[in-house]
Amino acid sequence: MADNTSDIKLNADSFKPVAANNVDEQEKISAPSLTFFQDAIRRLRKNKAAVFSFWLLAIIIFISIVSIWWTPSDPNAQHVAYANLPPKIANGNIPGFTGKANVGGNIVDKYAAAKVPKGTYYVLGTDYLGRDLFSRLMKGVALSLLIGLLATLFDLVIGVPYGIISGWKGGKTDTIMQRIIEIISSIPNLVVVILMLLLFTPGLGSIVVAMGITGWITMARLVRAETLTLKTQEYILAAQTLGESPFRIALKHLIPNLSSTIIIQTMFSIPTAIFFEAFLSFIGIGIPAPNASLGTLLSDGQKTFRFLPYQMWYPAAVISIIMIAFNLLADGLRDAFDPKTQE
Amino acid sequence: MRKYIFKRIMYMILTLFIIATATFFLMKLMPGSPYANQAKMTAEQRAIMDAQYGLNKPVYQQYFIYLIGIVQGNFGTSFQFNNQPVSFLISSRIGPSMQIGAQAIVLGTVLGILLGALAAIRKNTWVDTLATFFAILGRSIPNFVFAVLLQFYLAFKLKIFPIALWDEGFRSSILPTIALSMAPLATTARFMRTEMVDVLNSDYIELARAKGNTPWQTVAKHALRNSLIPVITIIGPMAVDLMVGSMVVENIFSIPGIGDQFVKSITTNDYPTIMGLTLLYSFMLVVVILIVDILYGFIDPRIRLSGNEGSN
Amino acid sequence: MEKILEVNDLQIDFDTFAGSVKAIRNVNFHLNKGETLAIVGESGSGKSVTVRSIMGLLANNAKVASGSIDFKGRDILKLSNREIEKIRGNDISMIFQDPMTSLDPTMPIGKQVAEPLLIHGNVSKKKAMARAEEVLELVGITNAKNRMKDYPHQFSGGQRQRIVIAIAIVNYPEILIADEPTTALDVTIQAQIIDLMKELQNKIETSIIFITHDLGVVAGIADRVAVMYAGKIIEYGSVDEIFYNPQHPYTWGLLNSMPTLDTDSDRLYAIPGTPPNLLNPPRGDAFAPRNPYAMQIDYQAMPPFFKVSDTHYAATWLLHPDAPKTEPPVAIRKRQEEFRRLVAEGKITQPENDEGGVKDDAE
Repeated sequence: MADNTSDIKLNADSFKPVAANNVDEQEKISAPSLTFFQDAIRRLRKNKAAVFSFWLLAIIIFISIVSIWWTPSDPNAQHVAYANLPPKIANGNIPGFTGKANVGGNIVDKYAAAKVPKGTYYVLGTDYLGRDLFSRLMKGVALSLLIGLLATLFDLVIGVPYGIISGWKGGKTDTIMQRIIEIISSIPNLVVVILMLLLFTPGLGSIVVAMGITGWITMARLVRAETLTLKTQEYILAAQTLGESPFRIALKHLIPNLSSTIIIQTMFSIPTAIFFEAFLSFIGIGIPAPNASLGTLLSDGQKTFRFLPYQMWYPAAVISIIMIAFNLLADGLRDAFDPKTQE
Repeated sequence: MRKYIFKRIMYMILTLFIIATATFFLMKLMPGSPYANQAKMTAEQRAIMDAQYGLNKPVYQQYFIYLIGIVQGNFGTSFQFNNQPVSFLISSRIGPSMQIGAQAIVLGTVLGILLGALAAIRKNTWVDTLATFFAILGRSIPNFVFAVLLQFYLAFKLKIFPIALWDEGFRSSILPTIALSMAPLATTARFMRTEMVDVLNSDYIELARAKGNTPWQTVAKHALRNSLIPVITIIGPMAVDLMVGSMVVENIFSIPGIGDQFVKSITTNDYPTIMGLTLLYSFMLVVVILIVDILYGFIDPRIRLSGNEGSN
Repeated sequence: MEKILEVNDLQIDFDTFAGSVKAIRNVNFHLNKGETLAIVGESGSGKSVTVRSIMGLLANNAKVASGSIDFKGRDILKLSNREIEKIRGNDISMIFQDPMTSLDPTMPIGKQVAEPLLIHGNVSKKKAMARAEEVLELVGITNAKNRMKDYPHQFSGGQRQRIVIAIAIVNYPEILIADEPTTALDVTIQAQIIDLMKELQNKIETSIIFITHDLGVVAGIADRVAVMYAGKIIEYGSVDEIFYNPQHPYTWGLLNSMPTLDTDSDRLYAIPGTPPNLLNPPRGDAFAPRNPYAMQIDYQAMPPFFKVSDTHYAATWLLHPDAPKTEPPVAIRKRQEEFRRLVAEGKITQPENDEGGVKDDAE
């Protein structure tokens, strides 16, 4: 059972006591200390899908911002003569972007047939009014993202304070506020949104308001639950004992600790709002013509999908990619902020 | 438990009452006339029509007539669609919606549970990655996009299924069911995975292994049931997803259901039908949530017995 | 005495994202038939990992780097999953730390107790349930017959731990591993559970490996004690030897930090510092940086086991013949005096030096 010690050279010094060891050194923590956020970001960086989604979204948002000032051509300008042209890039030698279409078994160069001048081409083709689909897609993505962001603002402006007040006050206030939430949430939110849209004139503002009216519920619930647990934490009790005002406590202690919940929920809210806009436009009560959003593009595309699939394919692919990216990023954030859920 | 259920039903009725009231007054505020060809109508004709629909009475009277009607199962008469009673319109169209909805929720949850459980058991392997990827796709791709793709490739191009309409019985319901089931599938898979990962890390699973259970026995006897119980709680939110989904999916596949009816009523300002369907949707949702709560109480022994623990 | 289990040169590493953690470093010990061996150490010392390797229940990222665990002439570490599942819950079973979480919340307790019987024995369901009821009665669940269909949440913590024990002994295991079975319980309940385990040990003639960080619990149940630190056993001996004649400074620290009735000072002693990071285990004695008696050699080489008696060994350079005489802390000297008195009075049978020719391991 004994260890083999024959290779150890014992000498006179070997058994000299070591000077009283330094306790301070013992208590030293060997890993560099990271704040909660630094630690979360470090974990997020390890999630390849989330990082990829982040950069993808950054590029999409950048293009959307560009589209405010510049698009390849006017997204609402109609050239009826150039209607329903298939996608074409440059000389048309890239498969899928040839500018040719199969008409009754024959490959027809639609651009030649429509007498489009040489050098003019539409990367994603044109729609039934001859509008450039690529420009419309750029504008559409921008509008959809804008709706997503604005609708999420409602989450923050209504949901967060509502949740904090409900959770912090407790008692009767909480009961009443929770009852209100219960009633609102037992109407399918889509029905509320539709009723609101019937009441207001359709448009960007009314869509955002309609979604905002129901959208904050989830946020309020999450924030309330988190506030309830935070409320009993010692440092909050200490702040109370020291006589800090509830407002300052909310600002200094609650909001920073709620921030991960809020950020994650926001990341889930944006794609939900984008989906809702698309859905509403798809059933015909969303963004009014002639403006383009992902929803109106999909809706227009669907009408001719069987014969001109490209008109729906590209917006469908783009909305799916945006939704996937947001969901992956949100998942990544949730895992990063809540170490319990991962290894 | 009985007292609890009674209390819940009372709250349910209160909620529905508030919703009915809110819908009614919202509709009164709505712009636009309900009549299809109002431009051609004279004032006299309008007065006759108003009298016929009861629109000439004071608003509070209309409100009480409306409330009494609801209790009797009368939701008024549709302004459009050949002036049929709304209740008839709904009852004749609810069948297909229910069938597709039920099929979708069964298909979605069963596959979702399998996918989620598999992902949790094979955590951090390619199985997990693949299952998570599918769940993300199901969550991210809008169901109407999915419906159109299914319709185009499986029905239009490959001609495996009918493109639309409701005239081939079960065959007609397959594609809409698949399109609708994507959301519940994704939700269930994701939820199931999280639950199962939690359960598999718990002490009683280690004890089950220490008893000599094989990994699969452990899953079958202990892990599955414990992770399945919380899955019941997401049936409510999934029912909402289904209602939303059914509107577009029925529309795309031209299925004569209530979702399709709702969309059509919106575009024609058919207020009585919109009100009736809003109430119906809310009613279904509230009932589903109540049933889920009660079911949960019966299935989870920790809740089931807490009511009468004194007797033990 | 017949050895029922022998752990030889066990070495277990954990793969983590930061590198390979050497959780168990060359651990050797054995378990005699019918005895209770206590493994004592602070959290992270590797005691739980050691017993989990005996059960074949190591985490996925754990790797057995070397060693063997001999049970009934077979090396457990070399068995297939199938074979080890046959041993688990049958020949070797385990009691877990937290009774509040170690029972399946959705299964009636009768079924949970009967489960190991149904897995390992060819018994009918009816017979298994009857046996489960007997065992529940045996572990002190009153009115077991009527409580078979009850769920875990209907029992108190102490009762639940009794149920967990019932599950462990239902197949009359030859070895019972108890992983801090009393840590999560109230002090009064702790004593009851310890008494129950002693009583059961006599009734079903099993050997027990008892893991704890609480030396107070050890005194009541153990025959022999092994002290673990940083993935190694640093001292082992009979319970009297460890309590009254400890040799390793870490054992001194442990004993000193345990409150006793005659503790003079009103402050409890705490060992300064924290255990080393086992990503890069120290070259010498892992305890050296926290050891007020540390010598140069402690930083240079791992101490081998020095023999104190036939049954008592300690791995500290202080026992080397060339080491200067050191005075242990006062409280420990008192214990050693007590030990000499007890030996003199014959209250402790001390095999020390009664046979000649046992050479010191160190040379």
